[in-house]
Amino acid sequence: MKDLVLRAEVKDLKFSYGDKLVLKGITLPVYENRVTALIGPSGCGKTTLLRCFNRMHDLYANAHYNGEITLHPDGINILGKDIDPMEVRMRIGMVFQKPNPFPKSIYENVAYGLKVRGVKKKSFIEERVEKSLQQAGLWTEVKDRLNSAATALSGGQQQRLCIARALATEPEILLLDEPTSALDPISTRHIEELIQELRKDVTIAIVTHSLHQAARVSDYTAFMYLGDLIEFGASDQIFTNPKDQKTENYITGRFG
Amino acid sequence: MRRLKERLIETVLFLAAASSVFVTLGIVGILVTESIPFFEHVSIKDFLTDTEWTPLFENAHYGILPLLSGTFLTTMIALLVAIPLGTVAAAFLSEYVRPGIKEILKPILELLAAVPTVVYGYFALLFVTPLLQKVIPSLGGFNVLSAGIVMGVMIIPYVSSLSEDAMRSVPSHLREASFAVGASRIQTAFRVVIPAAFSGITSAYILGISRALGETMVVAIAAGMQPNLTLNPLEPSATITAFIVQVSLGDLPHGSIGYQSIYVAGLSLLCLTLCFNIIGLWLRKKFQEKE
Repeated sequence: MKDLVLRAEVKDLKFSYGDKLVLKGITLPVYENRVTALIGPSGCGKTTLLRCFNRMHDLYANAHYNGEITLHPDGINILGKDIDPMEVRMRIGMVFQKPNPFPKSIYENVAYGLKVRGVKKKSFIEERVEKSLQQAGLWTEVKDRLNSAATALSGGQQQRLCIARALATEPEILLLDEPTSALDPISTRHIEELIQELRKDVTIAIVTHSLHQAARVSDYTAFMYLGDLIEFGASDQIFTNPKDQKTENYITGRFG
Repeated sequence: MRRLKERLIETVLFLAAASSVFVTLGIVGILVTESIPFFEHVSIKDFLTDTEWTPLFENAHYGILPLLSGTFLTTMIALLVAIPLGTVAAAFLSEYVRPGIKEILKPILELLAAVPTVVYGYFALLFVTPLLQKVIPSLGGFNVLSAGIVMGVMIIPYVSSLSEDAMRSVPSHLREASFAVGASRIQTAFRVVIPAAFSGITSAYILGISRALGETMVVAIAAGMQPNLTLNPLEPSATITAFIVQVSLGDLPHGSIGYQSIYVAGLSLLCLTLCFNIIGLWLRKKFQEKE
């Protein structure tokens, strides 16, 4: 594995929806070419934290950020008032809980990110579509029907298509929000293997409800509870030798 | 006893549902039976190919083409106005405006549909035509262009309101997917939301077309009531509906060929609207399959 390089830093991040404080001051490193898992019981703020990374909250009224997420190596604060959320989303990709392909062809789905960036060159787009589908482990299944509807694919294939769509623009960080919660066990295993592979090319942050999944796919794990970061560390350590009592209670299934 | 009550309710509901079907069948029946004597007098070939429509003149001609061209032309102009403006208005309301402000804006836009059509007619004749004459000095007092434009404005709310409903019902996870890869609001609206809502938007367009085809007062007042086989929007013309109004207002004897001609005109209009509805259904089905 490559050397440990800091890719992003969350610094004392507070986030509120209206007057409800959802994140109460999170500080967290994200390492390059590593998988960082965010775990914790429902309502702990793990998805909210993930959605800060690509400024998804900006789409809705009453969202307020306080604090910083610094993206390295250029050191910009992606939560800065002068930063355009669109710029951030061009650098940080996301895959959602429920597979959400557009009602377009498979090809158009993957090409979408490039097209909205104004990429016109067809050969370049075709190359990227193939590469992304290969990275997402979907190429052999769909290469003969790139022009058929994406919505006709199975749930697991749709989710891998969404991963390909996010990869097509070569994001610096890939956010995965419970990517397997709507999938069957076989598709889930497929996606988990994929995450292991993708780690070589991209930095990954994943929110998951499944502790087994976090243990299987992640290098680092952050345990959150009620808007606070309780413990962060190497996944081996978190799952075998947690330092905090709350973490231990959660991973041993005593609450959550 | 309870079963009897259930049966009774079912019958009442059935009759309520069937009433509109029976009325439609009745209208079609009357249009057809009244048209038959007309076609005993005028051959279908003349009806479809004669280039003049002068049932009220001494030397009567019964060619439907001038009325069709008038109807077609006003409808086209109206749609050229209503479809772009209505779609953009819908996209704006659905994708840009915050919910609180939308609750105010949408009813105001819908108010356009509440203005009586006779008001639109005089608006076209006395305001829009003089305005257009400043740009096109050769334009006559009665013309298709002005009537078509005003009719287009009139049907904007039909197009925008239904289109907006269709766009709003596009699930938000598709919008999020689009934003997440770095798309802007306008890209999301035009590349994701509108295509995803297209079957609903098509219904809105079809309703707009039906409204335009059937619209009477605006064209009767502003377009001149002169059947005229032309595709030049600067000339006066008459639509099928305008002709029906014209004849209804006159004092033609019952049963005369001129009187029957309005039933034939009505039947033609019905066929036209039916065609558009079928095309609309087919388009909807096609787009739904694609999704």
